[in-house]
Amino acid sequence: MSNTIISASNIGKKYIIRHNKDAYLTLRDQIAETGKALARKIVKPKSSPKKAEETFWALRGLSFEIKQGERVGIIGRNGAGKSTLLKILSRITEPSTGEIRMRGRVASLLEVGTGFHPELTGRENIYLNGAILGMSKKEIARKFDEIVQFAEVERFLDTPVKRYSSGMYVRLAFAVAAHLEPEILIVDEVLAVGDAQFQKKCLGKMDEVARGGRTVLFVSHNMNAISSLCERCILLDGGKIISQGRTNTVIKKYLATQQVASDGEVDLRPQRMRKNSLEDSRFKFTNICILNSKQKISSHIFMNEPFTLVIQGVANEDIEESTIGYSVDSSLGFPLFNSFSPEKRIKKGLVTYKINFNPNILAPGMYTLGLGANGAGIVDWIPEAIHLTVDNVSSTGKSNHPQYGGVIVYPYKWKIYHDKYT
Amino acid sequence: MSSAVPTIIIKPGKGTVHYWRELWQYRELFYFLAWRDILVRYKQTVIGIAWAIIRPVLTMVVFTIVFGKIANLPTAGSAPYAIMVFAALLPWQFFSSGLTEASNSLITNANMLTKIFFPRLIVPASTIIVCVVDFLITLVILAILMAAYQFAPSWQALFLPLFFLLALLPTLGLGIWVAAVNVKYRDFRYVIPFVVQFGLYITPVGFSSTIVPEKWRLLYSLNPIVGVVDGFRWCLLRGEPALEPASIGISVFISLLILFWGVKYFKKVERNFADVI
Repeated sequence: MSNTIISASNIGKKYIIRHNKDAYLTLRDQIAETGKALARKIVKPKSSPKKAEETFWALRGLSFEIKQGERVGIIGRNGAGKSTLLKILSRITEPSTGEIRMRGRVASLLEVGTGFHPELTGRENIYLNGAILGMSKKEIARKFDEIVQFAEVERFLDTPVKRYSSGMYVRLAFAVAAHLEPEILIVDEVLAVGDAQFQKKCLGKMDEVARGGRTVLFVSHNMNAISSLCERCILLDGGKIISQGRTNTVIKKYLATQQVASDGEVDLRPQRMRKNSLEDSRFKFTNICILNSKQKISSHIFMNEPFTLVIQGVANEDIEESTIGYSVDSSLGFPLFNSFSPEKRIKKGLVTYKINFNPNILAPGMYTLGLGANGAGIVDWIPEAIHLTVDNVSSTGKSNHPQYGGVIVYPYKWKIYHDKYT
Repeated sequence: MSSAVPTIIIKPGKGTVHYWRELWQYRELFYFLAWRDILVRYKQTVIGIAWAIIRPVLTMVVFTIVFGKIANLPTAGSAPYAIMVFAALLPWQFFSSGLTEASNSLITNANMLTKIFFPRLIVPASTIIVCVVDFLITLVILAILMAAYQFAPSWQALFLPLFFLLALLPTLGLGIWVAAVNVKYRDFRYVIPFVVQFGLYITPVGFSSTIVPEKWRLLYSLNPIVGVVDGFRWCLLRGEPALEPASIGISVFISLLILFWGVKYFKKVERNFADVI
């Protein structure tokens, strides 16, 4: 008997995009449409109704096999189809074509804390969340102490989670999820939360889970996490598998696709670029672009030239106590620095933020810029909004310095002394 | 649970092969969701319980005055008008709140539907459990009311659980169906309060079904709650006319039909919930 645990053949997922104003279908519209179509048929029996629909293949023709105990990373740019694939594998949505065979229980962590209820206490939420993730009551009771210890919330067990700090909340949520024991574990970007120390703990726990012989599918933008956890990777782009194989090889290909695909300006309105965002967020990013020192839009800038980041968004009402920020990550997905707008209120309408960068900060290489907005009724998170390439040539045309390692340019000063007498 | 490793086959246009078995496997989640809803409902204990008491009592008072005193409608048995109304309010309130809660359940739990797999039928079904608790509270109020009027129920009260089951069937069936329709058509939920309000007048809650002319009785029983209400009154009140087998039979048949139809529709569309919600 082969030890293949997941075999997928020719998986496709089709979405129908409706070009209506409203996000949701309503019965009223449906009745009106039917009426119109009927009237049209009576007036002009042969004309077919104009279609306000468009099909979009989020995934097409995916075939792969995953063996028992393998840890497989799924990587790709925003909108490559990673999340859709995970949703199909975890049976949240069904594919439009193809077939998948899986042996064993599947548990998915597409977002930690799903089903947490703010009014309930930590203890109650552990049981509830455990049950939602597919654990039996016995199983939860057995692991209860372990979960509490892992989350470091012993003192707040009987406090409603609405009083938890966001750090505690996330720790508790991950702790429950980390103690699942399915044959197949599907993880999507959960490590983007919590502090550095807790992230490390989570990575350790996932490593332990995988070493226990279970199969782990892991999606992340953090290539460091991917390469330390996964031995094999699948690279998706445009809903197709571009490459699969050993992690290092696939990551190299991924970086190459990034290089090709960078534009100096990105339209941020498509929902698929977002992660864990509110669909009806009161503020949404709409556009991002990079201006070089000549005020031209470009994704490539020279190391020693200043550049400007322009972020635009739309607020559908006046908003207080909210903030937006950006982050700069290395090409491997490692966060370098971030910054938040000092202005805590956002006025209704289009808002433009301009951030000036000094020259000689980022070393030559690829960078990813992410955006986030947070506040009451606002969650908009775009982890990969735009890619920035810093080139190692001065704006005057001649090579500045021969080489740079790392990601930052430190304003170092060397002092060199030569002693004649040795 | 881990004894046999199941093979899961995912294919388009086809739900799971073991639909009911899977539902059974997730029964604990059903308890937990019901438990969560009850806990949240009664966390602010005073308001939670008070609401369950105030609603039926006020309705009863209004109905007794409007139908009993102003319109001067007759009672069939020897029970005071207030108790006759309250006996009918029991199943009616269960039906109307169950239908309302269940119909919104999928939308309120949307984030669970888009993040995690589990048999979706659990969500609307578990919300009805909260209404069962409310029902039990209302039952206690009825007992108090009967004691106050010094009115003892008949021995037929033993059949009450059966008629409760009969109330559960259409509530569950309609609730499941409406929950699924609500996911697709977001404005459908505005229809429900209207249906509930309208239903109150075509169901013999504020009056006795004996005032409906004999020849229309069978037609009247097409409303499945009519059979339930008559059943409740027959169980709880002395001197009520005997139940008509034909009319109860129609009630049972219609209720089963609604449940079957609701579940069938739900099964057909549930695979797309995550995409459209």
